[in-house]
Amino acid sequence: MAIVPNPYKTTGFLGWIDDRFPLTKLWKDHLSEYYAPKNFNFWYYFGSLALLVLVNQLLTGIWLVMHYKPDAAVAWDSVEYIMRDVPYGNILRYLHSTGASAFFVVVFLHMYRGLLYGSYRKPRELVWLFGALIFLVLMAEAFCGYVLPWGNMSYWGANVIINLFGTIPVIGPDLVVWIQGDYFPSDATLGRLFSLHVIFLPFVLVALVVAHLIALHEVGSNNPDGVEIKKHKDPKTGIPLDGIAFHPYYTVKDVVGVGVFLIIFLGIVFFAPDGGGWLLEKPNFTPANPLATPEHITPAWYFGSFYAMLRATPSIAGSALPGVIVMFGGVAVLFLVPWLDRSPVKSIRYKGKLSKIALALFTIAFVLLSYYGMQPPSPAGTLISQIGTIVYFAFFFLMPFYTKLEKTKPEPERVTHAAH
Amino acid sequence: MSNQGVDPDRRRFLTLSTTVVGGVGVAAAAWPFLASLKPSERAKALGAPVSVDITHLEAGQKLTVAWRGKPVWVVKRTPEMIASLDKVSGDLRDPGSDQKQQPDYAKNESRAIKPEILVMVGSCTHLGCSPTFRPDHPAPEVDANWQGGFYCPCHGSKFDLAGRVYKGVPAPLNLVVPPHRYVDNNTILVGEDQGAA
Repeated sequence: MAIVPNPYKTTGFLGWIDDRFPLTKLWKDHLSEYYAPKNFNFWYYFGSLALLVLVNQLLTGIWLVMHYKPDAAVAWDSVEYIMRDVPYGNILRYLHSTGASAFFVVVFLHMYRGLLYGSYRKPRELVWLFGALIFLVLMAEAFCGYVLPWGNMSYWGANVIINLFGTIPVIGPDLVVWIQGDYFPSDATLGRLFSLHVIFLPFVLVALVVAHLIALHEVGSNNPDGVEIKKHKDPKTGIPLDGIAFHPYYTVKDVVGVGVFLIIFLGIVFFAPDGGGWLLEKPNFTPANPLATPEHITPAWYFGSFYAMLRATPSIAGSALPGVIVMFGGVAVLFLVPWLDRSPVKSIRYKGKLSKIALALFTIAFVLLSYYGMQPPSPAGTLISQIGTIVYFAFFFLMPFYTKLEKTKPEPERVTHAAH
Repeated sequence: MSNQGVDPDRRRFLTLSTTVVGGVGVAAAAWPFLASLKPSERAKALGAPVSVDITHLEAGQKLTVAWRGKPVWVVKRTPEMIASLDKVSGDLRDPGSDQKQQPDYAKNESRAIKPEILVMVGSCTHLGCSPTFRPDHPAPEVDANWQGGFYCPCHGSKFDLAGRVYKGVPAPLNLVVPPHRYVDNNTILVGEDQGAA
């Protein structure tokens, strides 16, 4: 099919643009004539909030780079300089550091929404896969950014994470030297992590977000009932009967979400930017010291769950590789979800008891893992992490069975919604 | 457009050969980018051996120097510390140091050239944290049969006073004994093998 310039026959200056670039078409396709189900609830705020936080990270990041020095000798001092001497530098840095945590909060809730309502099911598999890739890149981006202040927790965190690759048989030790560009995390390591953090990964991240949205708008949004609104269209206009235009209806709704989010987010930025040591850890207020490990090396809270899985897995035959595989497996398993769910219905509203119990146990396991991943090692913590890890994986790998075995409720033909 | 005069064999050959040449070009272009990530000449030069003076190291003390950015410990063990090595062998994963975590000249019970002087890389074989020196004992919060040793604060790995790893902890291997030699009675050169001089 050939591209028809200016299909809406606009005139004047807009017409001149539309003859050359699909401005009106893009606006209509993605906003004013993108029809989303009318029954979105609270859970549907987090997609647009993730976009807001992304913009915050890009904007504050651009400003931070103006003063930050990616040099192991002065990186720490340049961050302190931003904090103490640069006008509004502390606010810009706290917006960025708190923004990183906020990113994971909204992305976790956004992904959880997908699990609740089966938003990964046919035909939205690629929407989910692009999302899982975004999560993966986001973790890499957060890790690189965490290293940049070159505080002692930055340094030892980098050491632990890079050494994960050292557990790979045969090539492991050489791979670690290659990744670091040195025999230990050093200036060379800081330089490459900086480059990845400010150039490569943001490019990839933005490209994936665009792909995520294009895929979403191609198939249309899911909704809390998990029924397809495209099954019932107005015979005259072809518009789904249960669909409303994204703009103005959902842009207005999302503005409310943005307001509430900003009250909480800026409250933390202004009044508790270190989050009591949970958002910015105390050992990171001392410069990197290759000869002294912090008392407890804890990952940032958003990596707690995966870190707990790493620690919970015992080493086998003199190799820590199994723990590393389990940890990365915790992320990799997300890519299989669209094909693990065999339920005849999408939404948890109509799934049976087993799915509800499984999701509840998964939620508890994830929270416990996140918590114990940040605690110093203890026998009780290890045991709870081991159980949590098993529950986490069981949720996914038993999904084909419990979603098929259980009795589901009948899905409604149309979305359930009380007009307001 | 008419297909008259098209030679499919010639077209296939051209497509294939341009693809192959292009593919080789991409691989060749990737090489400098990937190789550039390796340690620079300066980084390699800085990985040179380090000399340690142990004249003033008292029995029971630990001294830390940096070699290739890693902490290297020199511990002067007391006779009591050396005697403790026997008491824990039952709790260890590799009491005989069979895994190659030390040069051959340090493959003995005390894992050292001289039994009283322990030279060891102070980074945990699990994920590279630096364990804490815990010569105090008994220490039931560390281990029921603790005779002194090294305890990793990151993931709870335990090592005895020769850096041998306990059973049932995340670290899979004994701590690494770096290549080292005695220049004279009180000077150790870390990073160079005995007999290599």
